[in-house]
Amino acid sequence: MELLWLAISTIAIGVFGCVAWFWGSNWVLDAIYPPRGPRAGDNIRKAGQIRPWLFLGPAILFLGMYLVYPVIDSLWRSLHNSDGSRFVGMSNYVWAVGDGKFRESMLNNMLWLLVVPALSTLFGLVAAQLTDRLKWGNIGKSLIFMPMAISFVGAGVIWKFIYEYRAADETQIGLLNWIVTKFGGDPQIWLTLIPWNNFFLMIVLVWIQTGFAMVILSAALRGIPEETIEAAILDGASPLQVFFKIKVPQIMGTIAVVWTTITIVVLKVFDIVFVMTNGQWGTQVLANLMYDWMFRGTPDYGRGSAIAMVLMILVTPIMVWNIYNARKEVR
Amino acid sequence: MADLKLTNVAKSYGDVHVLKNINLDIRSGEFIVFVGPSGCGKSTLLRMIAGLEQITGGELQIGGQVMNDIPPSQRGIAMVFQSYALYPHMTVRDNMAFALKIAGQTKEQIQQATDRAGRMLQLTPYLDRLPKALSGGQRQRVAIGRAIVRDPKVYLFDEPLSNLDAALRVATRIEIAQLKASMPDRTMIYVTHDQTEAMTLADRIVVLAGGGIAQVGAPLELYERPVNEFVAQFIGSPAMNLLPGKVSRIGATTTVALDGGGVAHVAIPTRAGDEGMVVNVGVRPEDMRETDGEAIFEGTVDLTEALGEVTLLYFGTREEVVPVIAKLPGIHPGLNGKTVRLTADPEALHLFHKGTSLLYRDGADLPPYQPRIAAPSGSMGGAHGAASMPEGGDDRSDGRIEDGVVKPEGPVR
Repeated sequence: MELLWLAISTIAIGVFGCVAWFWGSNWVLDAIYPPRGPRAGDNIRKAGQIRPWLFLGPAILFLGMYLVYPVIDSLWRSLHNSDGSRFVGMSNYVWAVGDGKFRESMLNNMLWLLVVPALSTLFGLVAAQLTDRLKWGNIGKSLIFMPMAISFVGAGVIWKFIYEYRAADETQIGLLNWIVTKFGGDPQIWLTLIPWNNFFLMIVLVWIQTGFAMVILSAALRGIPEETIEAAILDGASPLQVFFKIKVPQIMGTIAVVWTTITIVVLKVFDIVFVMTNGQWGTQVLANLMYDWMFRGTPDYGRGSAIAMVLMILVTPIMVWNIYNARKEVR
Repeated sequence: MADLKLTNVAKSYGDVHVLKNINLDIRSGEFIVFVGPSGCGKSTLLRMIAGLEQITGGELQIGGQVMNDIPPSQRGIAMVFQSYALYPHMTVRDNMAFALKIAGQTKEQIQQATDRAGRMLQLTPYLDRLPKALSGGQRQRVAIGRAIVRDPKVYLFDEPLSNLDAALRVATRIEIAQLKASMPDRTMIYVTHDQTEAMTLADRIVVLAGGGIAQVGAPLELYERPVNEFVAQFIGSPAMNLLPGKVSRIGATTTVALDGGGVAHVAIPTRAGDEGMVVNVGVRPEDMRETDGEAIFEGTVDLTEALGEVTLLYFGTREEVVPVIAKLPGIHPGLNGKTVRLTADPEALHLFHKGTSLLYRDGADLPPYQPRIAAPSGSMGGAHGAASMPEGGDDRSDGRIEDGVVKPEGPVR
């Protein structure tokens, strides 16, 4: 109960604080430069130059505190030793390049990067096209979209059950092993099968992201002018040709946005690996490796931060391209 | 050969019947225009011919072959859409080449065909541009070019000029007419709601109304011999005036006593027993002229619209009836509020009983249609040009000259 009151009062203070800031600062500004009297025009011009900064101020402050400062601090830490007491230059990065686990993580991240966005976008596109003209298409869409509502940790737990292993003489409670044994196979410890276990983990993210891709692409497909499709049919194009030569090229911009958005999610993937294998059996990824160094055992802030910086450098160009594409779409 | 034959063609969506009993023979090389009020199903009919809409009843033949279930691309047709429907991600050349690529033609063939279409439509400098870098008129030309490269037997146009501005519409209309002239053996079917396009382009116009065909005929035939009040009022602008009255004397020329007090002599025969028949006398605004003698209509001018070449007079705009409109050539200042007596020639009048023209009564055999010579300025000089008639005249040719006012040619539409 106490917690509830605390939460409510926090929200109230936040909301009223914002209102008070915007109203109050505006009032003060108008008091200093009154928009009337003999110097009204001059005052309005001066106030107009200051006002945006007043309104943006809190946002800039908080963004700086929670986004910019951590980046700078991470950079600083990545250049220092494990507890930040000694400057070590690039040696944390040099260590990373030579570290087997880091290389494994980089490789796995690249693999994730290739497989997950490609499959998610492809499945999303196919699902969008196939559900578009069906009567029960909307139900199908809802089902495909539903995993989006599940947290990555939840999805990891669910899929861990699907891959669950029991010895051959026991009842299989994992769906996959149940199917395998039904067809006469031997139950497998799926999550330890190198290198396939990586793909078993990826499927979880594909399962989640397909719904996202489908929704966005479905909207894009509906935005295609019907006449261009009819014209293509008159031109003799088969349904497949209409899809690949008329529809897909027209939504290429949207596909790029979906692809890059999923790519960014993939680069940051952490929860699924953390829950399902914790990076064992050759499934380590950068985000989980960073967590390991940062918070497990004897923390090494230097190495953890170095990994974080690498991750950020990898994401940035894709992010920039994503924003560029998304803006182009809006225009 | 690309004769089209529609037999009892019908279209319904569930219980909603959009079109029924469409019977139409289109000869190879004809330019046919479908007109009608919005929602009459003219675009639907075109799309059924194209194969984009299922035909739910009757039979469609193209070149003697039943086409009901043949896919669109194998019907030997090409279609030009109102919205151009260009593929936005392809250059002009690729847009035109798409159908040929699908059909598996060689690069040389495609190059040749697109080059030729580009030349025909003055698109050569734009062949490597994307549609978004073209103006509306150029886009529509690309759409036409896309049809031309396929060299179809039948061209279908679905309101191709509706998205263009007025000046471009005229220019493109002329281009389409020239295109047709350069391909005399190709059939063209053209849907529009624009009368001017219909009158100027068509060999024959098909007027669609209420889910069926109201009348089929040459543009001037529809103008001069409308089969019913709907066609009479649909063709021509402003619409034909309908003046109610009763037949007072029968004969080769019928005399009608109009409810408004006037008397009309109509050059349409009536027979014994028709006396007292309730009729509507139809008179086109442009056929009316001022008179001092016997008038078919007398009224006070409520409003005038001076367009320079013609002056429109409105009568009865303040009453809850359809106003009577007269279109007088030239400029007539100071008519507002004045009482005007108007008459028209017997040959220019129409007679309707229960909505249908008495000219077509009992399936009467009419002599083949000949345009009226020196028709009032309403004639459009279209494909069936009245202009081609050499001799200058019947007695009505000077009927419209106003004292001291230059007689204009052609109405404003």
